Amino acid sequence: MGFSVFKGGIHPADKKELSADKKITEIAQPQKVVIPLSQHIGAPCKPVVTINQEIKKGELIGEPTGFVSAPVHSSVSGKVILIIEVPNVMGRMVTSVVIENDFKDEWTLLKDNPDYMKLSPDEMKEKIKNAGIVGMGGATFPAIVKLSPPKEKPIDTVIINGAECEPYLTSDYRLMLERPSEIIEGLKIIMKVLGVSNGFIGVEDNKPLAIESLKKVVSDSDSIKICSLHTRYPQGAEKMLIKAITGREVPPRALPMDVKVVVHNAGTANAIYEAVRFGKPLIDRVVTVSGEGIREPKNLLVKIGTPVSHLIEECGGLKESAVKIISGGPMMGFAIALLDMPVTKGTSGITVLTENEIVHTEKFGPCIRCGRCIEACPMGLMPSMLSVYSERGFFEGAKEYNLFDCFECGCCTYVCPSKRPIVHLIRLAKTQVKP
Amino acid sequence: MNKEKTFIISVSPHIRSEESTPRIMWSVSVSLLPAIIMGAYYFGPHAIFVLSLCIVSSVVFEFLYQKTLKKDITINDGSAFLTGLLLGMNLPASVPFYIPIAGSFFAIIITKQLFGGLGYNIFNPALIGRAFLLVSFPKLMTVWTEPSASFIKFDALTTATPLGILKEEGYSKLIEIFGDKANLYTHLMLGNRAGCIGETSGLALLLGAAFLFYRKYITWHIPISFIGTSALIAWIFGGNSGLFSGDPLLHVLSGGMILGAFFMATDYVTSPSMKSGQILFGTGCGFLTMLIRLKGGYPEGVMFAILIMNCFSPLIDRGFKSKIFGAVKKK
Repeated sequence: MGFSVFKGGIHPADKKELSADKKITEIAQPQKVVIPLSQHIGAPCKPVVTINQEIKKGELIGEPTGFVSAPVHSSVSGKVILIIEVPNVMGRMVTSVVIENDFKDEWTLLKDNPDYMKLSPDEMKEKIKNAGIVGMGGATFPAIVKLSPPKEKPIDTVIINGAECEPYLTSDYRLMLERPSEIIEGLKIIMKVLGVSNGFIGVEDNKPLAIESLKKVVSDSDSIKICSLHTRYPQGAEKMLIKAITGREVPPRALPMDVKVVVHNAGTANAIYEAVRFGKPLIDRVVTVSGEGIREPKNLLVKIGTPVSHLIEECGGLKESAVKIISGGPMMGFAIALLDMPVTKGTSGITVLTENEIVHTEKFGPCIRCGRCIEACPMGLMPSMLSVYSERGFFEGAKEYNLFDCFECGCCTYVCPSKRPIVHLIRLAKTQVKP
Repeated sequence: MNKEKTFIISVSPHIRSEESTPRIMWSVSVSLLPAIIMGAYYFGPHAIFVLSLCIVSSVVFEFLYQKTLKKDITINDGSAFLTGLLLGMNLPASVPFYIPIAGSFFAIIITKQLFGGLGYNIFNPALIGRAFLLVSFPKLMTVWTEPSASFIKFDALTTATPLGILKEEGYSKLIEIFGDKANLYTHLMLGNRAGCIGETSGLALLLGAAFLFYRKYITWHIPISFIGTSALIAWIFGGNSGLFSGDPLLHVLSGGMILGAFFMATDYVTSPSMKSGQILFGTGCGFLTMLIRLKGGYPEGVMFAILIMNCFSPLIDRGFKSKIFGAVKKK
């Protein structure tokens, strides 16, 4: 089965070798956790706990306030000590619950149901909804919304995104190696919920062991296919992944459901399985801590709300040469200033870069119209024009060059020989005009 | 853990490719080295003098302009160096000292900086510099030294370029001068013929172009459509005995076509950004070059062809936009 490839894209050094062979290890629980009540795209939750309240692990602490929202649960057992505003990676203030850990590790509602596949789609959905599952690849879109497509949008294909095209990150890779059957079960649950008989798991072909590991588990099932995809950033972008696997192109500004496809991340599939079988809410996740600036790169199973500094200590600390800490990967992640920032549901990795790995450019040159960004843009945009229009303040002009089709993958900025902050200029323009 | 340590905050992406504008500019300069060596070999020390003067004055003019206007000094990016080098390669070896200086002034100050500097110039600076010199000093700019291949002979003889001979005396005379066809092509490949310093050796220029292809600094779109169109027109209309009797190889290898197609027309700033637009651009260059060579008053047309097409680049860019992912083709 040959897979078509999207136009454009780049081949940055993926540096996955730093952490690819490191087994997922659970780290010691922190003294306290800081759990933001908005870890997803959509309406923030409202707190349902009060200060000094004793709570168990897995207990609800934030209640969703809209359809596009996801509940938040405590990741440890202990006592609520504060409800405060804490900045998230994008610098916005988010109401957060601070819980002091009593290290008793008391669960609230965990119960194994081995017959989970016999549950009705609606029962499954209820469990997924209550577990507060969001897209764990980083976009943090509430999973339940994707699982509830409107009636006029029939779905015929489910794709699990195991591409993990972001350099450095290996959290999905390790999950696919260590928990392949859980991911497959998660996929089967999603397929049942949506009433779909075509399931795919797309993995970039630089991860042959993950492909092999998944294939071993599905050999008896015909309706699920493991697809080996070309390794090229951003292969894991939803639209590129759908194109590679189904040949369908999601039209501009449309959603995957418009081409009858639903995509979930590999980590999300695992979380969905845990939620439907055990009733386990999303309170932990695998986080890759990597980069040349960290002493021992690792893949860690981390409680939501654990401060980044705790992860870094678990990995032997920072090297002297560390200059930049990123929540996520180097292409689309956010640089963070404060190490007490908590791990959230969307934190796929912590990447610590050194001076050698980044080209830190305060000054950038003029656009020399070389066209490299146009060649690299997977969306077929002309980033050069967008950046020049935005730089000069002609935001309406940028709009005519399809400003709002950019999903900020960063390919243009990566290849630009003048080191222009193209993505930044595009983001700026997006804030200045209406779509 | 070092709590006091501060970290860099900036927007994504956090990693960048190795490629940079200075690296591209300097690499193009390096790729011209074989042609420079051949030029120096055939036209002697004065060729080196002309090239050096062009480079130095281009860089100095850029520096003075930026210093005077209190702008960032960007002479290290290699762009002014390359403009000077290309201007020098487009001059006859025999020109007096003020020609390179005047040409550099026009190229750097008028064509590049007054339009906003690197990235904003409409025309190829080196070619405008040369066009300015050609119309201002027509005599000096068309005195061609006979290639001597001896570094010590100073009283070089003057002669006509192959295209000049073709224009004035015809194809048979040209063959007569060079002996036979094969000999003519050999001279054109090696550079043993009259012409501008850097344009004469097809082989040396192709070697440099191969390097640029290898580094992916240029693509086939402009040079191949340029040369292909020229060859086709030369073959169809370039002959004395009716249609399809022309000598395409002669036209491709003579004058400044190889230098122009691979090193001048491919200038990022003044050519279209889209590959489809670049093919139109190259085709236009080829068409205009042959129109001038076959029907115009000048024996050579590469320079004016590229400059005319430079004007159309923004227009071509408007017409050839990229296809958006997922967009349905309009039928």
